[in-house]
Amino acid sequence: MTRPDTGALTLGLLPPFEVSLNNQQSDVRGALSALLAGLGPLALDVEEAGTVELVMAEALNNIVEHAYADRRRKEAIHIRCKQLRDGLHLRIVDRGMAMPDGKTPIGMAQNIDVDAIDMPEGGFGWFLIQDLAKDIRYQRVGHTNQLDLRLAVALHAEG
Amino acid sequence: MKVSTKIEGDRCIVTVQEDRIDAAVALAFKDAMRRNTAGSGAMVILNLAKVQFIDSSGLGAIVATMKHLAPDRQLVLAGLTAPVERVFTLTRMDSVFQLFATLDDALAVHHA
Repeated sequence: MTRPDTGALTLGLLPPFEVSLNNQQSDVRGALSALLAGLGPLALDVEEAGTVELVMAEALNNIVEHAYADRRRKEAIHIRCKQLRDGLHLRIVDRGMAMPDGKTPIGMAQNIDVDAIDMPEGGFGWFLIQDLAKDIRYQRVGHTNQLDLRLAVALHAEG
Repeated sequence: MKVSTKIEGDRCIVTVQEDRIDAAVALAFKDAMRRNTAGSGAMVILNLAKVQFIDSSGLGAIVATMKHLAPDRQLVLAGLTAPVERVFTLTRMDSVFQLFATLDDALAVHHA
């Protein structure tokens, strides 16, 4: 046997992988299923897989709808996924517009103690991301947006 | 967006025939709900038994449907799968809608 040449393999962690998509709404579903397929070896349970899919759907939908709101041109969005002992570390990089004020929305819970007619129809996306993800960090790097977050799923038993 | 509709007395049962209500189909879902509930009775039951994934856009589209039907007609939700119910719970929308585990449960409570 030769020694595994990556730290990930030594620790029994999933090797890092990337998924890319175009900045089109119609590409989001395919990217989510490619991401979940890449996580296949982890055998996530239904709730863990649901967390990954929901958080990443919200993050990608926000990028497609807001960061690229004023663009027609096709551009690639890249997702990098890395498993560490404390869960999945995901980075999404796009070349769209920066977040307003250079930071992620606070993602407050919506006020739903209102009459039906005033019930909010939006604003749940960032609330769900903030609720389900940890260590959320947004940076504008040159002409790119980098969103990092961690999902506490597939926690590595040892260490 | 594929949905099927069945009228039973003053109840209109709309069953979503796709497995996702997400940003890609949120607008189509709203349109389909408007068309399929046009002229319906007082009770609209949305059967989500086939839906395995919903995001905030899909949730918003269901809220928009509820507002479109109000105040004369009520929207109740039936057949929520675990991932769908979770989104309602996380956003506290489970307190806004009447939720039923199965369509039969909804029909039992809301007699024709």
